[in-house]
Amino acid sequence: MNASIDQEPLVSIRDLKVAFRGQHGVREVLHGVSFDIFPGETVAIVGESGSGKSTTAAAIVNLLPGTGKVTGGSIVMDGRELTKLGRREMEHLRGRDIGFVPQDPMSNLNPVWSIGFQVKEAIRANGIAQGRAEVKRRAIEVLQQAGLADAERRLHQFPHQFSGGMRQRALIGIGLAADPRLLIADEPTSALDVTVQRVILDHMASLTRDRGTSVLLITHDLGLAAERASRIIVMNQGEIVEAGPSREILEDPRHPYTKRLVAAAPSIASQRIQAEVTEHGIQPEESLADAPTMVRVAGLTKDFKIRQGGFRSELFRAVDDVSFDIPRGKTLALVGESGSGKTTVARMVLKLESVTSGTIEVAGEDVSHLSNAQAFALRRRMQPVFQDPYGSMDPLRNIGNTIAEPMVVHGVGDQSSRRERVLELLEQVALPSEVVSRYPNELSGGQRQRVAIARALALKPDVVVLDEAVSALDVLVQAQILKLLAELQSELQLTYLFITHDLAVVRVSSDLVAVMEKGKLVEKGSVDEIFANPQQEYTQRLLEAIPGASIQLGGGGL
Amino acid sequence: MSDPLSRRYVAPVTTEQPPTDAVRVSGKPSNLWRDAWYDLRRRPLFWISLGFVALLLLMAVWPTLFTQVPPDNQCLLENSNKGPTGDHILGFTFQGCDVFSRIVHGASTSLSVGLLSTIIGSGIGWIMGTIAGYYGGWVDSLLSRIGDMFFSIPYILAAVVVMTVFEKYRNVFTLSLAIGGFAWAATARVVRAEVMRVRQAEFITASKAVGRSKFSTLMAHVVPNAIAPLIVLGTLALAGGIVAESTLAFLGVGLGTETMSWGADISRAQSTLRVAPMSLIYPSIALTTAVLSFVVLGELLRDAMDPKARATR
Repeated sequence: MNASIDQEPLVSIRDLKVAFRGQHGVREVLHGVSFDIFPGETVAIVGESGSGKSTTAAAIVNLLPGTGKVTGGSIVMDGRELTKLGRREMEHLRGRDIGFVPQDPMSNLNPVWSIGFQVKEAIRANGIAQGRAEVKRRAIEVLQQAGLADAERRLHQFPHQFSGGMRQRALIGIGLAADPRLLIADEPTSALDVTVQRVILDHMASLTRDRGTSVLLITHDLGLAAERASRIIVMNQGEIVEAGPSREILEDPRHPYTKRLVAAAPSIASQRIQAEVTEHGIQPEESLADAPTMVRVAGLTKDFKIRQGGFRSELFRAVDDVSFDIPRGKTLALVGESGSGKTTVARMVLKLESVTSGTIEVAGEDVSHLSNAQAFALRRRMQPVFQDPYGSMDPLRNIGNTIAEPMVVHGVGDQSSRRERVLELLEQVALPSEVVSRYPNELSGGQRQRVAIARALALKPDVVVLDEAVSALDVLVQAQILKLLAELQSELQLTYLFITHDLAVVRVSSDLVAVMEKGKLVEKGSVDEIFANPQQEYTQRLLEAIPGASIQLGGGGL
Repeated sequence: MSDPLSRRYVAPVTTEQPPTDAVRVSGKPSNLWRDAWYDLRRRPLFWISLGFVALLLLMAVWPTLFTQVPPDNQCLLENSNKGPTGDHILGFTFQGCDVFSRIVHGASTSLSVGLLSTIIGSGIGWIMGTIAGYYGGWVDSLLSRIGDMFFSIPYILAAVVVMTVFEKYRNVFTLSLAIGGFAWAATARVVRAEVMRVRQAEFITASKAVGRSKFSTLMAHVVPNAIAPLIVLGTLALAGGIVAESTLAFLGVGLGTETMSWGADISRAQSTLRVAPMSLIYPSIALTTAVLSFVVLGELLRDAMDPKARATR
């Protein structure tokens, strides 16, 4: 691929083992990981949460959290054994030879110091420059290279004055300040919007290409890995299951786990997940135009008051004249980046937020200005599933009580009939009946999300509002939940309003798309239309930013 | 294929791949309270402090189980400051009363003032904190400012003033009211913060979306999830109440002289400290042990119920 790469690896990891000491003894999380990173190449480690990908990265720079320790194997860089280095030598190595870009730009900059102070700190610590003027000159240079315009002024600004993307640029600048030969980027863009992600990754790629820096990219997104790295290492449960050139891995996955991962990755799959509709004796593919309208939103507007200090306040229009229809039994995806107002729309539809103007109709009935008592009846027909499966359940209530809560609140049935219904719902979401007496903290994220779906279905609603309902889940689990949602939709004729920032998920889960930008609806249409022929520049940018979108797969699919 | 960059590695498929997100439920169900209990019962210090608390409780409820000697009406001046003898294992006070008996009978005063002042203080603090934290806005501002006012007055000082002004009404209840009525602000602050934290949780939004009213949500979801710090604080407040009672008795503004109290005994033994130190030291030990037991219990409860503290241990 790249002829100039010499054959001596820059970093060579052999049989690396890492263990954490916990309450119940020592737990090994990496069971012998071996791979090489060659000079100038970008290697991506892909895996789900808990696969050990971040632990591998942390072990290289000896920044294992808590009680973690390297218990076996070797990490050799330039003939030096990194696992045996003392603290001082390791500190010397970090920054100078190995740069590190952390995952969360929000929490990795100290809010009480200016950006300039923090960049200068990194420059001084790495001994790149001496003397005040020289350090300052170098700091400006670093921020300029990181793509921050007006770097000199930016030096005096504080992290809260930077957007997420700008902070991550600053962190990349800090990571590359000393011209390290290896840059470790641990999910560098997971916390950012897709369009920002693309710009940041492009920038990081061009910087490292110019300097010949090797990059170890840690990510959960197979599409992103394939787009950015020449080689992919797939990890699962502390072991490498497959490694090789990116394209080969995607086109011809050999290990069963990799096969499942490739099949589930929404960014490279392309087909709408369809339940086997005929199985349930329902007419397949009712055309969009024929279906009666279930939800109609017209001219929906929301103003928030923003306090300006004192008694003054200013109006902020979060949602501006949004209109869309959702036919019965179909899914409309409301797409946009953070701050686009999509969640506010969802909250208004759910009657969790008042409407400034405009109407919301559910099955022909205007529900936008209902009193609390009337809204109570509406809630039986419309239920939400929230993003965070860890936060959307009361930790002190067991699963049975959690699912039964809507029935209790609405006085549906008696104790035994509710119990029966709970078991029926658990079966619908493919959870064993034993979980009834369990508490939310004992279930995984995906399982909790299924419980949340079961709770939403308890009152047999017509409409389910899915607010980023799969965004927090690992790809395999995400695919599974999307499939479950599709099955439930065809079985129960549910109408979904799907709020998401992830266009890749939209393609596999929705019939209609509405794209929002800064509170306005910029484009709407069927998924096929929008993806094949986006009219707005903003939509085009969003589509292009899907990682791995450009990769064509020969006969992959599900 | 000698190029190391194009080398392909596929791990041998050793085990059957488990289905995605398989449900594994084993052992007993667990939640905050159960976990806290499993955690606590493995700790010796928990049982030791609980043992002392139980002993104290028993002394308060049933003093004759420990001593047959009456604490105040068989005092003979000829026994003044005598050392221990057969029936009187800890010796005599200046007035010739039995020290051990006075300690045993004093337990009920300490404990009842401690308990009652805690119930009053925590009760007010809990209600104020919950309302302020949950409803927010001007309600929060108003209640928080009231809390700040009480917070700025040291409750011992306030109790001294109250007990001096209402000298005729000194009894366990008024004393507890004076202590609890001025000690609730700290509890209110903590409860308010905890309620505000819980209020942000998505399950509160979920509960509203289900159709629960605001007040019903408060009772069903917010209160149970915000109660843990109240229990911890309550245990510590109990220790504080016992100390406050003793302090007031020591200063001579506690309960009347006819009531047995460790603080009053320590105060009286002061003058003879050099000739008979033990009549001061024994009630002090009782006081210290009681307070320490409650403080340790509170700390252990805090440890067991705060997942963050548990993670770093």
